[in-house]
Amino acid sequence: MTSPRTTPRSDRSPWNWLLLVPIAIPLIPALFNSVEPRLFGIPLFYWLQLAFVLVAVATTLVVYRMGRRGR
Amino acid sequence: MTTEIVVFAVLFLIVSGMGFVASRWRRPDDIASLHEWGLGGRNFGTWITWFLVGGDLYTAYTFVAVPALLFGAGATGFFAVPYTVIVYPLVMLVLIRLWSVSHVHGLVTPADFVRARFGSPTLALLVAITGIVATMPYIALQLVGIEAVLKTMGVTGDLPIIIAFAILAAYTYQSGLRAPALIAFVKDSLIYVVILVAIIYIPTQLGGWESIFGAAQAKFEATPAPTDGILLNANNQLQYVTLALGSALALFLYPHSVTGVLASKNRNVIKRNMSALPAYSVLLGLIALLGYMAIAAGVKPIGTDVNTVVPQLFERMFPDWFAGVAFAAVGIGALVPAAIMSIAAANLFTRNIYREYIKRDATDAQEAAASKIASLVVKVGAVLCILLIDPQFSIDLQLIGGVIILQTLPSVALGLFTRWFHRAGLIAGWVAGMTAGMVMLYNIANPATKHAHFGGSAFSLEKLGLDTKMTIYAGFLALIVNLVVAVLGTIIARSAKVADGPDATSETDYTADEGDPRVRDLEVTSST
Repeated sequence: MTSPRTTPRSDRSPWNWLLLVPIAIPLIPALFNSVEPRLFGIPLFYWLQLAFVLVAVATTLVVYRMGRRGR
Repeated sequence: MTTEIVVFAVLFLIVSGMGFVASRWRRPDDIASLHEWGLGGRNFGTWITWFLVGGDLYTAYTFVAVPALLFGAGATGFFAVPYTVIVYPLVMLVLIRLWSVSHVHGLVTPADFVRARFGSPTLALLVAITGIVATMPYIALQLVGIEAVLKTMGVTGDLPIIIAFAILAAYTYQSGLRAPALIAFVKDSLIYVVILVAIIYIPTQLGGWESIFGAAQAKFEATPAPTDGILLNANNQLQYVTLALGSALALFLYPHSVTGVLASKNRNVIKRNMSALPAYSVLLGLIALLGYMAIAAGVKPIGTDVNTVVPQLFERMFPDWFAGVAFAAVGIGALVPAAIMSIAAANLFTRNIYREYIKRDATDAQEAAASKIASLVVKVGAVLCILLIDPQFSIDLQLIGGVIILQTLPSVALGLFTRWFHRAGLIAGWVAGMTAGMVMLYNIANPATKHAHFGGSAFSLEKLGLDTKMTIYAGFLALIVNLVVAVLGTIIARSAKVADGPDATSETDYTADEGDPRVRDLEVTSST
């Protein structure tokens, strides 16, 4: 963040496509609309959708890191 | 009972005091300008942004209403979880472009951007009005959260709510965005503590998770309604998915979300927050399950107000003093978003109506003054909403709010990526989407609340002549209508050679970052 850059900055990165994964997965009810298997007595429907949070965190982190590396 | 009220009142007052002190925190050179008051000087780092945006998006209403949804209907209410999971990957690349172009051109509201991008004051006005109208009932709903808590403590009448909002109005007037940013720390810490305790302690009292879900299942099997249950059925899956996606698309079109994002220091702060904000989504998912715990604990709502089930669960399960802490968390939790929303609505009024149509040569100080007064007016309006009309009606209004704010997506969100659309096409799309949305909402009845119209957001595809019992989120369908008309309108306007508005932005504006000579307003940083 010091000298003005000569090449224009770009947000384009092949890693960005990874963001589609956490967007698509939670929108497919067939993956999670079931009671079994339970986790600590919690039906799959609830614990798996909560677990998708981890997928979203992981992908946004990867996209952020890789986007920075590409500069 | 009295211990609860004392703990609640003490915490509430301490936090209000912080609101007033906030104007001295990270002291600005000149709080008289709108950027300072309305955007906190735009120098919030990762942590403050996390608390601010988190406190802004995950409102008290959410914490009360989402479990109430699960309590009433079961699995469909859990849509809030996929919604808040997909929203961050969905908007990550959009928000950084918005941040850049806003900082290059000194834009404060979504309507400012539309004005600059499409050169159309009319389109900007539509976006501004949509934003204000969608935000007002949202503020009113924060009061529904406070009301539910007060009712549970046995405090009735209008006075406590008026006092709570007078305090809120006074400190936002005084401190601008700094007040909610500072208070959000306390609010979120309280909420995290309360929820973690609730989620660990209450199941042990109710015989574990298995019996909690068992009780919920038994309740839904006993009801005649075919739409409830602890799993989705064949007819409400499309509604579940489109509601989650539609809500995610709508979230960052709300002016208050944009305000929180623009107040961050640079693009990396936003990107890091896209990975950090989902922590709140986990919290929200756990909170949602409180609805089932309430079923297992045999909680009955006060009157017909299902929003009281969570406060009542706390009262039944926790010792008095801790119930007081929990109630304070919800009450304070209502103040943070209400403050940010009223600031955002006020900014829209000042920038896109006052300066555009009333006083074109307004100085910075005049703008800030107009904005402060507008924020007061918005809050008074919200209080009147609650006092004069049935709270159920503000819930309906909020539902409509979500559908209408989605109609700004083509000009705001798509506009950040493409200048292909013609301003005439966008205006036509807005009108078509808005009309379609209203017609659909009008035709949704809710037998449970005895509403013949505006009874929910699940539109039955049967009404379109399709041979199915499936439902879909009305806002999503309205958005499709909007997009189709915007595309057709653009093609027609272009072939008819209708004059297009000038674009004040250039491609490199969308990738500018802190440190760029063109990026403005960042010299206001106070050292930390």
